[in-house]
Amino acid sequence: MSAQAWLDVLIAVIGGAVRVGTPFLFVSLGECLTEKAGRINLGLEGVLVLSAMSGFGAAWLSDSVWIGVLCAGLAGAALALVHGVACSLPRVNDVAVGIGIMLLGTGLAFHLGKPLMEPQAPQIPSLALGGWSNSAAVQAALRINVLFPLGVALAALLQWGFANTRWGLLVRMVGDSADAARALGTSVNGVRIAATVAGGFIAGLGGASLSLYYPGSWNEGLSSGQGLIAVALVIFARWSPLRCLAAALLFGGAGAIGPALQSVGVGGAYYLFNALPYALTLLILVLSCSPTRSARGAPLELGVSR
Amino acid sequence: MVRNDWSRRRWIKSATSLGAGALVEGWPWLAHADAPITIGFLYVGARDDYGYNQSHAEAAAVVRKMAGVKVVEEENVPETQAVQKSMQGMISQDGATLLFPTSFGYFDPHMLAVAARNPDVRFAHCGGLWTEGKHPKNTGSFFGYIDEAQYLNGVIAGHASKSHKLGFIAAKPIPQVLRNINAFTLGARAVDPKITTTVIFTGDWSMPVKEAEAANSLADQGIDVFTMHVDGPKVIVETAAKRGKMVCGYHASQARLAPQAYLTGAEWNWITPYRIIIDAARSGKPHPNFVRGGLKDAFVKTSAYGPAVAEAARKHADGVKARMLAGKFDIFSGEIKDNNGKVVIPKGTTHQQTAIELESMNYLVEGVIGKI
Repeated sequence: MSAQAWLDVLIAVIGGAVRVGTPFLFVSLGECLTEKAGRINLGLEGVLVLSAMSGFGAAWLSDSVWIGVLCAGLAGAALALVHGVACSLPRVNDVAVGIGIMLLGTGLAFHLGKPLMEPQAPQIPSLALGGWSNSAAVQAALRINVLFPLGVALAALLQWGFANTRWGLLVRMVGDSADAARALGTSVNGVRIAATVAGGFIAGLGGASLSLYYPGSWNEGLSSGQGLIAVALVIFARWSPLRCLAAALLFGGAGAIGPALQSVGVGGAYYLFNALPYALTLLILVLSCSPTRSARGAPLELGVSR
Repeated sequence: MVRNDWSRRRWIKSATSLGAGALVEGWPWLAHADAPITIGFLYVGARDDYGYNQSHAEAAAVVRKMAGVKVVEEENVPETQAVQKSMQGMISQDGATLLFPTSFGYFDPHMLAVAARNPDVRFAHCGGLWTEGKHPKNTGSFFGYIDEAQYLNGVIAGHASKSHKLGFIAAKPIPQVLRNINAFTLGARAVDPKITTTVIFTGDWSMPVKEAEAANSLADQGIDVFTMHVDGPKVIVETAAKRGKMVCGYHASQARLAPQAYLTGAEWNWITPYRIIIDAARSGKPHPNFVRGGLKDAFVKTSAYGPAVAEAARKHADGVKARMLAGKFDIFSGEIKDNNGKVVIPKGTTHQQTAIELESMNYLVEGVIGKI
């Protein structure tokens, strides 16, 4: 393979990292916020699918992409609210509720989304950052979904907020010691519901990115498990919003390797390339695990730490 | 008969399980020429996917209007044990006596297993290779020679391409897919032998994000005309059009999605084989086990040319199409080499469309960039 071909693959992977990684970023940030407050919401897969459908439907009906984005966030928040409230009842397991929410969200989305497969909706605009280059490939790679910079800003904001603001401290306290929070007179369930709902809204933006930007239409195979991968990304990122950003880009890029290699004529092992993101997860988890300590950075109230 | 199989269909239908169809199924001697019949259709994806499943569902909608026919449908049935349960549910609960399992992976082992348990029910599978002596008589397969329409796609694409590079986004390297890739490439290379087709396999029938990624990667490589063999071509058509590239459609017409970028397309016309099989079932004739047809039999058709198709291209493609309709054109006529330089069809050998060798194709012809 020539140097030019390698360069082409690299450009495609960088472009793919942003294109494919944007939904991962939003879902993992949403999950990060939820888990920091001490709950796991596996239902974000359902949130992603339902919000993608709602966003597409709202954008199509209103002919305004921003109403679509807003509706996607609100649909995500509404579904997450169900999770938040259900988990506040005594002796309810958040993982089990999450699986229920996942099935509910996808089922609802498939049912309501039937008439949305054929129409075309307005699309989220893109920022052309590649104007300096003559190469069509570079220009295409740097044509960026406007939601992506928003996601990057949100990651930075969350990172800063968790460490430096009152609400960030509150979320972390509820997530690390519910008893301490109660002793201070904080409503543990209130904070957790708020964090779950906000997380659902953020994840819903990821759904909007799927159905209104890339690939930019609604169909039932749209997510194919991306919401679940994003939940795993949070553990992989050790509950740090900025590391969620890095992980989302890594996974987006890994997903782009298969098609990029085949486009320059390296075929054959495409099933292997397509499995790369998953193999990568396993590898990094194995490399980063330690027999002497539990997952570093994990909120202490989470099921995985207790 | 497995009575404890659970399926959503069975559950939903349990309340109405004493329908007329079930009664007739219980009393087969009551069946006569115009006997009412219940027919089941199973789709691997959504019925309105702008593609393969929609092409079947549209023909099933025509069947539904036939007098004395009751149609039951189930979509999103995976190519697993689930399809066996769905088929058994249609037979036991709805009284279906003719089933159309439409996805490639339903054939072996799923349809064969259910067919063995229900010898009085007819099974017409789409795309499989039914073999005399190997498969039971109550099963069969039908398919269309859509590679003829893909060859015409190739001719149009060959005229339209300025970079001499075409792109083909495919799901899995099964024989029908390879035959389409090869026919498309041969059609294009009949225009200009310098043309190459780069193929990307996504790994499954519906992978929207991967399909979009594949279209972008190919566009980056200078590919300027796309076609595909995935269940729902919508994402590829839209992505290619967004990149300012042209597209030849597949399964159904996607012209409405990108009117300027859409050149032409290869479409199914399933109602023709459906009619043949249903008529045989209702009149008590033996089950047609092996049903095939191409353009001239109206099993497949082509989309109307888009505005970007030049006059010379139209003339060339129309000429080939006329010969196909007259049964005087063979796509796979030697000498044909594969893309490793090995001769796969020697000089002087011609495989007509009906040739069984073509249904087990396992190579990519010269000019295709990609590996199986």
